[in-house]
Amino acid sequence: MTMIEVRNLHKSFGPLEVLRGINCTIAAREVVVVIGPSGSGKSTFLRCLNLLERPTKGEVIIDGISLTDPRTDINAVRQEVGMVFQRFNLFPHKTVLENITLAPIKVRRLPAARAEQQALELLTRVGLRDKADSYPEQLSGGQQQRVAIARALAMQPKVMLFDEPTSALDPEMVGEVLAVMKDLAREGMTMVVVTHEMGFAREVGDRVLFMDEGLIVEEGTPDQIFNNCRNPRTKSFLSKIL
Amino acid sequence: MGLVIQSLPYLLLGALQTLKITLVAVALGIILGLIAGMGRLSRRRLTSFLATCYVDFFRGTPLLVQIFIVYYGFPQLLNEGQQFLMANFGLPQVLQTTHIPVFVAATVSTSLNSGAYVAEIFRAGIQSIDRGQVEAARSLGMTERQSMRYIVLPQAFKRVIPPLGNEFIAMLKDTSLLSVIGYVELTRQGQLISAATFRPLEVYFAVALIYLAMTFTISRFVDYLERRLRTGDHDRS
Ligand SMILES: Nc1ncnc2c1ncn2[C@@H]1O[C@H](COP(=O)(O)OP(=O)(O)OP(=O)(O)O)[C@@H](O)[C@H]1O
Ligand SMILES: [Mg+2]
Repeated sequence: MTMIEVRNLHKSFGPLEVLRGINCTIAAREVVVVIGPSGSGKSTFLRCLNLLERPTKGEVIIDGISLTDPRTDINAVRQEVGMVFQRFNLFPHKTVLENITLAPIKVRRLPAARAEQQALELLTRVGLRDKADSYPEQLSGGQQQRVAIARALAMQPKVMLFDEPTSALDPEMVGEVLAVMKDLAREGMTMVVVTHEMGFAREVGDRVLFMDEGLIVEEGTPDQIFNNCRNPRTKSFLSKIL
Repeated sequence: MGLVIQSLPYLLLGALQTLKITLVAVALGIILGLIAGMGRLSRRRLTSFLATCYVDFFRGTPLLVQIFIVYYGFPQLLNEGQQFLMANFGLPQVLQTTHIPVFVAATVSTSLNSGAYVAEIFRAGIQSIDRGQVEAARSLGMTERQSMRYIVLPQAFKRVIPPLGNEFIAMLKDTSLLSVIGYVELTRQGQLISAATFRPLEVYFAVALIYLAMTFTISRFVDYLERRLRTGDHDRS
């Protein structure tokens, strides 16, 4: 079953054409890792998948609903697509628990007690049950990112987007965040992950997309890309980061 | 010295008027400022243009001139407008007098002025909130209005308290300009007493001390609020 379908996606910022015709299909339960040099448009691609950026041209369809159709209720679609940011972006004036319950209560209209119960279950899942009443600034980077993942999961999304979720972390905290993401992948979440963590890509990635200058230049299984890539640009990129 | 003590009740009455007009000006200024501040951030070009015009005009011209425009200029506009309607459209005379009461002119001019400064305070407060938080809120399905209400404004509100306190103090001192249109506040009261007693030195010095007592008290109060809020502020800034 297809979860995400992207057809001829273009995005320009003024005269700068950042995405130049992306096509890809992502199946339900698939974990897709996106790699590529800085400025190649990885973040922009991800942000087009929940309309944080509006595509200039082309179509994005998630679970059968076209995001690019002007009649589509964007806020409704965004509820189905969770996003985790490089810089966590937790709400600093709210406790960990409130960070997680806010959107379910205000957007999904869940009763507060129900939302709290769910938030505590999610916190247990990411190993932070005892931090429910802390404020984000009292947590380490790795803990904040795990809260951010729990916050996105609280909306029970069909798809999760990760934009370099471990790039802002100290090395010793990367593992705890990746562990949560691996669990999620094993449970069957559809995931699109921009990351340079090749170990993660190998272990749970079903497919790797290599982007360069606004296009998907090469794609394949992690083994194909990391061990037998054909495109010289992929080769030269991988030789720099591996 | 005896003179100052004798005139003290009158000066304090004037100080009360000063406080009153300042409170009214800043309270109305906050309403105007919230509208104009949000207006400047609006994506609609016309809205943000109009808000910018308002803010630039009132911040870029002297309050004294603004007071004159409202108190002397506006009645002229009313008068000539009425004459024009009567002469050209045969409308009956509606306004017997186009004179504006001093208190009304004082309120209008100072509120409009304060609103422009408050607009900038609100705009800066809203813009100081990291865009990433709004994006996180939107990615969770919150509408623009919800992310404004639950994420941006509660944090911006804490940040605007200190500059709003400064605006209040600045306005408190600036209301002394209202003395020139005869609004009887502290400075005007000082003028009247000084003219009657020929003791400008003592009288104006007493006036200055009363202003100082008011601004000092308010600024300490704002400091206190700021400290209270900081302990409750969980932002890393
Ligand atoms: N809002 C914007 N306005 C103008 N240009 C933008 C905007 N967002 C991104 N860009 C430009 O688009 C290009 C691609 O940016 P993008 O962030 O998608 O790259 P990336 O592959 O995620 O890079 P990195 O690995 O550094 O995160 C860059 O040249 C960037 O400067
Ligand atoms: Mg990026």
